[in-house]
This record gives sequence, C-alpha cells and structure tokens, in this order.
Amino acid sequence: MSIEISHVSKRFGTFVALDDVSVSIPTGQLTALLGPSGGGKSTLLRIIAGLERADSGRVEIEGVDATNLPPQKRNVGFVFQHYAAFKHLTVRRNIAFGLEIRRRPKAEIRARVDELLALVHLEQFADRLPAQLSGGQRQRMALARALAVKPTVLLLDEPFGALDAKVRKELRDWLRRLHDEVHVTTVFVTHDQEEALEVADEIVVINEGRVEQVGSPDDLYDRPANDFVMRFLGPVTQLGDRLVRPHDLRITVGSAGPSDHAGVNGPASVTGRITRIVRVGFEVRVEVTTDDHVVTVTLPRSEFLELGLHTDAVVSVHQAAPARVAAGAA
Amino acid sequence: MADLSVQRGHYRRGPGAYALRLVVVAYLFLLVAWPLYLVGRNAFANGFDDLAAILTDPDAVHALNLTAQVALASVTINTVFGVGISLLVVRYRFPGKGVLNALLDLPLSVSPIVVGLALVLVYNGRTGWFGPALESIGLQVIFSGPGIVMATAFVALPLVIREVVPVLQEIGDEQEQAARSLGASAGQTFFRITLPAIKWGVIYGVVLCLARSLGEFGAVKVVSGNVLGSTRTATLMVEEKYLNFDRGGAYATAFLLALIAVAVIVSVTLIRPKDHR
Repeated sequence: MSIEISHVSKRFGTFVALDDVSVSIPTGQLTALLGPSGGGKSTLLRIIAGLERADSGRVEIEGVDATNLPPQKRNVGFVFQHYAAFKHLTVRRNIAFGLEIRRRPKAEIRARVDELLALVHLEQFADRLPAQLSGGQRQRMALARALAVKPTVLLLDEPFGALDAKVRKELRDWLRRLHDEVHVTTVFVTHDQEEALEVADEIVVINEGRVEQVGSPDDLYDRPANDFVMRFLGPVTQLGDRLVRPHDLRITVGSAGPSDHAGVNGPASVTGRITRIVRVGFEVRVEVTTDDHVVTVTLPRSEFLELGLHTDAVVSVHQAAPARVAAGAA
Repeated sequence: MADLSVQRGHYRRGPGAYALRLVVVAYLFLLVAWPLYLVGRNAFANGFDDLAAILTDPDAVHALNLTAQVALASVTINTVFGVGISLLVVRYRFPGKGVLNALLDLPLSVSPIVVGLALVLVYNGRTGWFGPALESIGLQVIFSGPGIVMATAFVALPLVIREVVPVLQEIGDEQEQAARSLGASAGQTFFRITLPAIKWGVIYGVVLCLARSLGEFGAVKVVSGNVLGSTRTATLMVEEKYLNFDRGGAYATAFLLALIAVAVIVSVTLIRPKDHR
C-alpha cells in the first residue's frame, strides 16, 4: 500500500473536519476522495501533502512515516484548484521550479521540462506567463510542475473545479489517459460523483469527517454500504419501502396482479398513474404516482415509444435488478 | 495606489464629472502645487546663489548627509521589519493579533513630538529605563545618531506595512504552499516566490518611507538635541535658517528635500508596469 492513513483526526476550532479516519490508498492507482463540500476530503488530502497537520493519527507514504515531515520532504506533487501558478515565472520556469530547487544540472532540467511540456501539450506556450494562458492550460502547467520532480504520489485538490463544463470533461479524460501513461499513485479530491466514477480506479467516499465506503466505482454504484453512498453516487427513487436507481426499474402497462406482489424479500412492484413525463435528450423520465408516493423511472426513448406511455395511463413498476438497500429514514 | 485610468471612456461624462474634477484640481493646486511651487521659486530668488551657499557650507552639507544616512537606516530597518510584520499579520493566526494591528497604525496617529518625548523617557542617559544601562556600555541613544534613526523609523513604520499587507492578502498563500510542496524551504519560498510577488508593494512602501524619513521633523527635534554640525538634520536646519532670517538658505534646503521626495515618487510611478496594482 502506498499511502497508509491511520486514525487521523483534525479539528478547526469546534468544527470536526476529520474524525478518526483510516484508509489505505493503493500504489500506482488513481484514487478519488469523493464527498460533499465541507466533508473533510480536502483536509485529508492536505494532511497527506503536509500542508495541514493532523491533530492525531499517522500518515505513511511508501512505508515512510510522514506524520511529522514538512511538505518539502514528502516528495509529493500537489495540484491546487486555482492552479497556484507562479505568476512572475514563465511556463517553463514554473515547471522547472522543483528541479531548480533540487539544484539539478541545467541540461537535465531543460530535457525534463521539454519532456513534460510535450506531455501536457504546452510546447508552444513555454515562454508565456501564466496570465496569458487559459484555465485549462494553467491547470495542465500546474500538473506538469507537480510531475517534474517525479513525486511518489500526485495529489490533486478539486483540479477541475474552477473550469467550465466542457474543458472539465476534456481534462478529465486527459488525466485518465495521462495516468495510464505515467502510473504515478494519484489521489484526487472531487465532489462530482460522475467525475469520480469515470476517472478513478478506486473511490473513497468521505462525509462529515468519516469514511463511508471504499471500493471500485462498480462496487460503490451497485453495492453501496448505506443510504448516503447510494444517494450520493447517483440518482435514487423510492419503490415501496426500498431505495432504488430509477434506471433499474421497469414499467409495464396495466395494473400488477396480486401474484406480482411477492413476499417480503422478493422484488417489489407497485401500481400507479403516470403524472409527468420529461424527456431529457435520449432519456425519458416518467413519474408514477401510487397511493402514497411518487416513483421516478428513467428509460431509453426507444423503450418509451415501444410501450406507448402517456400521462394518466395506469402502469405497474417493478425492479429489474435485485434491491440494494432497504430504505431507512427515506 | 489605484489605477484610475483603467475605466477611461467607459462612463458618461456629464457636467457633474467636470465640476468634480475642477474641485479636485483646485483643491490640490491650492493645497499642494502652488505652495510647493513657491518654495521652489523662493529657493531660486537669487539664482543659484542660495543653493550654492548651502552646498558649500560644511555644516549644511553635514546636515544633509546626516539626513540621508538617517533616512537610509530607517528605510532599511522599516523594510526588513515591515515585510516581516506584514507576513506575520497576514499569514499567521495568533492571540493578540487585533491589538498588534491597531498598534501598527499608532505611529501614524500619534503626533511625532509625542514619539520624541516617549523615546526620551525610555532612552535618556540619566533617568530613562534603558538609557543608563546602554550608556554604561558606551551607546548613547538620545542626542545622538541612534535616537534620530529610532524616531524616524518609528514615525515611518506603518508605511511599508500598509503597502505590503494588501498585496500579500491578494496573492494568497497557495503559491507559497505549491513552492513548499515542490521542495522549497521557507527561505527559498520567500525569496523565489513571495518577494517577487510583493515586489511592487515593497518598492512603493520603501519610497513612501524614504520620503517620510527625509522630512521627519518633530520627533527628531526632541531626540536629536539639534547640535550644529553634529545632530542637526536638514529639516532642523530649515527651521533654524528660517528663524534666523536666512530665508534664502531655508528655501533652498527645503527645495532640495522636496525635490528628492518628489523625484523618487515620480520615478517609481513611471517605471512601475501598468498592469501591476
């Protein structure tokens, strides 16, 4: 295991940012720390980097106890949400910074910086100042700067948070491909579940200072440990007393026969009236109102047309896949 | 400080704007420009005679020299401490920070003459708190160079801080954190990242501090003893000459002092890049 965090706690005044957190982050993988804002994920990342000091607990990086090491001794690369570009230095000097600090020979620095400029596709911008770059370019420069010193781990704090939606998506794909090339242990913080599911090998869900669940994107999506993870990872709706994904539901026209109302453990089925139909691109969202609640079902447009659904039609809704969690306080 | 030319042409200019501009120009003219111009004119009332007299009188040259040395020392001290205190105030949280912040403005609000008297109370050689102890190891503060430097530094202390603090707040500490995570020590981070980023704030603070130090009068008058050829600074000499009906010499010296101050401010304004705050 590359990063070993054991029993780490951190308070800011009376606010508990991290409450006895223990996580292992595997070597060579892309791990996402996912959770709502203020949940403590950035604090955990900053503690790994040494930019913040834990009140208690232990941080180990590649077998070395880093708990009391200052940031400059940890050999981590850190990428900030707002780039933290050195404004008075050119792109080239920005990337070279870590190497210049390490007093590497000039020729070596030049070669390494050229290599990184190519990696982040900024060759033609080498002599510009950060102010002359777009947000996406600045963030790629910041990434190259962090990678230049060949860090043991690369830490990214909401790296695409300040970018617009399109650039965000591009950079996300690009980061995934970059990681497949470079293979450095990478941890990135995000509050965007789509970003985590798409990019990460492993996801650590953090909420209110605690780790809710650790697992692969499939694990978390299909086998969430609790309601919070279920709700946070994707859309949910209520079917009877269960919390389910709206795209895991099937609609059949007409009311369900009594035989369909299976036992306590069997798949639930409810009957109701369609009260609202919303089309979002290739997807159709159908709201079915039953006696006591509203079930949302999403289905592909083709299926929707096949079934010939319309508002006020009486339909029954049942689950296509086995239920995941019983709805608690839902 | 603010670049007023940025918005040029983006708003309508009604009669109100012109009236306001007229008021401001008239105000500055009557309060600053015209009196200063008259000082210059009086300095050259006898051609270059008065100026030449000042520059050949050994006592006057000594006074100008002393002022230059005191200003240099006070600027150096205030720059080092000013940048240090600014970093402390902006980057760290500690108990009593609010009190410290208030204290930093004190030298601007307290009359310089009070500053002078306070220094005399603490450092005079006979009854002061530290004075006798310092004098016994051979360091005379009051009626001597160190006292003049202290009084000047005290009065000009907030100028560097007031320029540097807003710049530090504006740049934030992410660049510094990035430098640290890239392996830079605290010193390397300061000299390679922080200092270049606050460069113009520091330069502007130094200029204001220099101008203020050259012109300090009240505090220096109390602590210096005003001994001719020894602890008499240029500003004290101006007063002395004026009171002794040597109007020409007074105006010539005053003109020199004003000239240096105006020259540094104008030159910094000119070389300052336009896109910087």
